[in-house]
Amino acid sequence: MPLNWDLVWSSFGPLISGAVTGTIPLTLASFALGLALALLVALMRLSRNAVLSGAARFYVSVIRGTPLLVQLFVIFYGLPTIGVKLDPWPSAIIAFSLNVGGYAAEIIRAAILSVPKGQWEAGHTIGMSRGQSLRRIILPQAARVSVPPLSNTFISLVKDTSLASLILVTELFRNAQQIAAFSQEFMVLYLEAALVYWVICLALSSGQSALEKRLDRYVAH
Amino acid sequence: MSPTSPPAGASPGQPPSTGKPHAKPVLSVRNLAKAFGSNVVLRDIDLDVRRGNVVALIGPSGSGKTTVLRSLNGLETPDAGTVTFADTATGKDLSLDFSARVTRKDIAELRDRSAMVFQHYNLFPHMTVLQNVIEGPIQVQKRKRAEAVAEAEKLLARVGLGDKRDSYPFELSGGQQQRVGIVRALALKPQLLLFDEPTSALDPELVGDVLGVIQELAEEGWTMVIVTHELAFARQVADEVIFMDGGVVVERGPAAEVLRAPRQERTRQFIKRLLHEF
Repeated sequence: MPLNWDLVWSSFGPLISGAVTGTIPLTLASFALGLALALLVALMRLSRNAVLSGAARFYVSVIRGTPLLVQLFVIFYGLPTIGVKLDPWPSAIIAFSLNVGGYAAEIIRAAILSVPKGQWEAGHTIGMSRGQSLRRIILPQAARVSVPPLSNTFISLVKDTSLASLILVTELFRNAQQIAAFSQEFMVLYLEAALVYWVICLALSSGQSALEKRLDRYVAH
Repeated sequence: MSPTSPPAGASPGQPPSTGKPHAKPVLSVRNLAKAFGSNVVLRDIDLDVRRGNVVALIGPSGSGKTTVLRSLNGLETPDAGTVTFADTATGKDLSLDFSARVTRKDIAELRDRSAMVFQHYNLFPHMTVLQNVIEGPIQVQKRKRAEAVAEAEKLLARVGLGDKRDSYPFELSGGQQQRVGIVRALALKPQLLLFDEPTSALDPELVGDVLGVIQELAEEGWTMVIVTHELAFARQVADEVIFMDGGVVVERGPAAEVLRAPRQERTRQFIKRLLHEF
């Protein structure tokens, strides 16, 4: 069967537009919210308050112990039955943020714990409170340690947003599906979609390298 | 006044004391006690430090000397006992009774009075030398940046690190890092400097530089408590030497007496063993 080159070229447009208006903003919004949530959850887990750390532990356990697709469906298809009706976009952002929050919380917690105890003490001896020490001394050092694993989470998220096609969010993969169904060129469209995801992730990987290099400037090599 | 002179805050109008003891100690510790479970680490520790004096705490590892030092800076919380800092400027002393409830605010006030120099330096690795030194003055004491920088530069020059202000700690030798640690403590203008085995982590050839700096501070009249294994150094700089073992003070007195002619058998044993090692 000859390759339909016209279709190959003309379908890139909708796929890239799906990435730019769907996949990428969905990823960025979910990652930003997820990280903020993760920091909060990590601090809760590290707190001496048993209720806070227990709640954090429970949240992480649920998020990591259930499929993302199920989480997405509970929010978009499940919540309306108890009267909470959300549009596709907010549903997707909530589901992905919660998911990132669970995974990244563990990364951030481990990164905070990896900073030597002497750094807290040095913060205290110059008069800093726990909050100040955390903000000025501990988190900047934890950030360096957590960039590689957080980049993993970020890159996974880019690909996971394809699941949003199942709750009717117009993004890269949903556009690919629609063109594929219409043209019956499944192989072409899905390989194209794969290629666009790959290119996005390549760009993120190089961003990760640059960031690591920047954060490594104060470490002996 | 030289940039490393002790802060005048404690008693404005008075010249920095140079060894002449004041009637009232800057720091008095009474009946300090601490245990981890059934393991008693401190029992009934008393300690008086007069302004401009240097007290050296010596003793085998596990004797509790570091715990005493850390308690003074609120890095350990004793189970009982009192720590009192005299404030000759306001006449209002700071007194913490660890047998009662001690709040975070109490600990914060206690920390304001002293600054610690750590065995492993504990410099902030993500900050340059200058940033390490000005972090406390700017972020905690809310002093003007220009003033804090100028002071930090003077202090760094004093310890021979004027050209390292923009280096990161990993680019420095251990001796240089420890001198930054000392400058970071000095920049806070504490009433009391605390040294926790400041040369134990250093290569032998770097020990002298750091001890030299500490000796200069002693001569300038800084009040200091030093935990150390360097007996020769203790004899040189300390006004009083306290020998601890098993969580209690075994012997105390003028440096020359305790180190040269100890009265207690345990002190004799310890000094003999330490001298044999070197």
